[in-house]
Amino acid sequence: MTDRRTTIKLIIAATAAFPALRARATYMLEPGASEPGNVRQFEPTTQGYGPDPDLIKAYEKGAFWPLTMNAQQRQLAAALSDLIIPEDEHSPAASAVGVVDFIDEWVSAPYPLQREDRATVLNGFAWIDSAAQHRFAQPFARLHESQQRAICDPICNASRAAADLKVPAQFFATYRNLTAAGFYTTVAGRKDLQYIGNVPLTHFDGPPVELLRKLGLA
Amino acid sequence: MPFVTASTQRGPYDVIIVGSGAGSGQAAYTLCMEGVRVLMLEAGRRYTPARESAMFQTPDMAPLGEAGTPDKNKGFYDATVNGGWEVPGEPYVSIPDKWGSHFTWWRPRMLGGRTNHWGRISLRNGPYDFKPRSRDGLGFDWPITYDDVAPYYDKVELLIGVYGGDASLENTPAGPGNTLLPPPKPLVSDHLLMKHAPRFDIPVLPGRRAVLTQAQDHRTIPARLHPGNPRAQKILADAMRKRSPCLWATPCGQGCAVAANYQSTTVHLPPALATGNLDVITDAMVYEVTLAKDGRANGVRFVDATTGRHEHVTARVVVLGASAFETARILLNSKSGPFPNGVANSSGLVGRYALDTVGSSVSGQIPLLENLPPLNEDAADGLQVYVPWWLYQKQIAHKLPFPRGYHIEYGGGKGLPSIGTCAGLEWLTGGSYGRKFKEDARRYYGSFIYFDGRGAMVPNDNCYVEIDPRVKDKFGIPVLRFHWQWGDYEQRQAVHMQETFGEIIESMGGRVQSPVITDPVKAIAPGGYMIHEVGGTIMGADARSSVTNRWSQTWDVPNLFVADGGVFPYNADKNPTLTIMALSWRMSDHILDRMRRREL
Repeated sequence: MTDRRTTIKLIIAATAAFPALRARATYMLEPGASEPGNVRQFEPTTQGYGPDPDLIKAYEKGAFWPLTMNAQQRQLAAALSDLIIPEDEHSPAASAVGVVDFIDEWVSAPYPLQREDRATVLNGFAWIDSAAQHRFAQPFARLHESQQRAICDPICNASRAAADLKVPAQFFATYRNLTAAGFYTTVAGRKDLQYIGNVPLTHFDGPPVELLRKLGLA
Repeated sequence: MPFVTASTQRGPYDVIIVGSGAGSGQAAYTLCMEGVRVLMLEAGRRYTPARESAMFQTPDMAPLGEAGTPDKNKGFYDATVNGGWEVPGEPYVSIPDKWGSHFTWWRPRMLGGRTNHWGRISLRNGPYDFKPRSRDGLGFDWPITYDDVAPYYDKVELLIGVYGGDASLENTPAGPGNTLLPPPKPLVSDHLLMKHAPRFDIPVLPGRRAVLTQAQDHRTIPARLHPGNPRAQKILADAMRKRSPCLWATPCGQGCAVAANYQSTTVHLPPALATGNLDVITDAMVYEVTLAKDGRANGVRFVDATTGRHEHVTARVVVLGASAFETARILLNSKSGPFPNGVANSSGLVGRYALDTVGSSVSGQIPLLENLPPLNEDAADGLQVYVPWWLYQKQIAHKLPFPRGYHIEYGGGKGLPSIGTCAGLEWLTGGSYGRKFKEDARRYYGSFIYFDGRGAMVPNDNCYVEIDPRVKDKFGIPVLRFHWQWGDYEQRQAVHMQETFGEIIESMGGRVQSPVITDPVKAIAPGGYMIHEVGGTIMGADARSSVTNRWSQTWDVPNLFVADGGVFPYNADKNPTLTIMALSWRMSDHILDRMRRREL
């Protein structure tokens, strides 16, 4: 038996020495793993993409299984994603580059890890909207940023959240990870991080000596 | 057409090779270049890297941002197709099936096997690694020495193209000095390791991977590899000219359409096919070696996965290179009068001494590496530098609680952002979101370093495979049952990795990402995770204590050979693929020699 943290750790241990591969949520066998969570609404019924999909084709979100979030959930998803990754001078907001579709595809997927996240995310949506109704008598998506922050501040750090907020805090951590995953893999996200690779070069020069000197490494 | 079926095959063949990965690819190459007629059988489908490699595809183009799933375990664009930890319709059994003592079995079902996605790390075994028992009294010696294999390491490095450094250290040989390509320039994070390593007395060497950092010398290498064989020289020169040097971009694990790294499908098979001596049947699930009345192997039976029909093909020599444990499975399933427990199993050792590599990892975050200017650090996709094992003398003096060592595969840098790149940052950010989160993401991107320990495993009696008495796969073939238990030595070694990596990260002024694991059971990755399966048909000095001899030839059946990692009686810390190829080339030379003497 193992908990998910251990699993993720071992996933990382199992990945060979490629930074590009390492951070992927690599699937692995998990003997004795518990069943996915308890939310059963909108359960995806379609199968996955199979072990031999066409890798050259580019895929729209929803190409392999239908997106399943309803309009209200998508509005909430957009509001929360943009609260986490708003527009700034470097890049647009998360929802402007397709992050809601990314998350919808994720929680609609037929695979075990995603189904577990589906339960976390949809339960979290329900919690956050009920908190919004309770405190501000509005759905979360219609609140001002300061009101949204009043709800999210207590759950934004799972290790410091109050005992009765541990579950919502875990949701927030999952949701922030998904938002960051969807955002930083886009062209806009890569640009924000100033990633300049994945282009063919005739030679590889390594870092400039001036930089190494500045860092005390040359 | 060299791709044939059971009905269109063009026998008679001299040699049947089962499998198409590193060992089988090398055997096909060596034999075909010398005019031997070879029939290769691959359980999976035909695979064409030039057309199918998703090289420049980025995670946003894939479902789920390229996350690993039960369908594609290592990510959507990973070159492995129809394979992974589970293969539909092809179960296996693991006993006991609990965390820490189970085995997970990676199986690709495709032409070229694992070589399409592997890490390309290509380390030579050293002299100690071939004679471990003589050195410390544990495990088994190989029946061969480093000097027996060294010429074949030279040849394989020249053929496939391996970058690295020419420095030799204790039990870390480098060859004659003219077989390796220049290593890639170190990244900023590599310079950090090079600065701090001396404090720990650890050596840092250029990494070694099968990637062309420059074009191969097609004018001189063919003559060195095939003296006196102008046709082979020409074929190899042509094949080398068709390979491009590294583009310094794209993850190698997604496959290389321009053949800048080694895959059997881009390096071994094209020249072998160009000889006209190689025919290949794909979708051929081999399950039995058949014997003639004289006790010699005369062919193999397989199920054609496309028709479901059982087929029989014949040749003068049979070479099994299906992967160590699949090869053991075929032998164990080949029961007959003379071999009631499986062919070539008079020793009872087929399937015994299953081995993998010890794996344990620690990552850290380094303030010095925060907010660096934009840098293209794709390089050749990893392992610009590495740390070979450095405490041999301490071990031989019994000053460490484990007898065998490990090397460190180290990495860092501003890699292609993936779904995990900016995930899980709370431990650094305190849970930021909004504009602050975006600032934090920029600040921490590229500031992480990764230490992966890869260690030796002493063979033990608790790790073996056998045929499960009940379970069969979709073809009706009895499946393997795995027994697995890491020894105390391996577990203590993994704790040493954890503690060492944690100390190094802290000495760099960094923070360890998750606590160093000191529980020996938890510090080690489960069996099979490193995908370094070897053993099960181990080579040895006599027929009682081993399955194969010094030529990878089974003791019981003189024309039956093993070309994969099955022959390893010991798995040193060095990644096994280069040694698999060197031993396969050596075995193939022996087959050629025996054929010329009309003994086979």
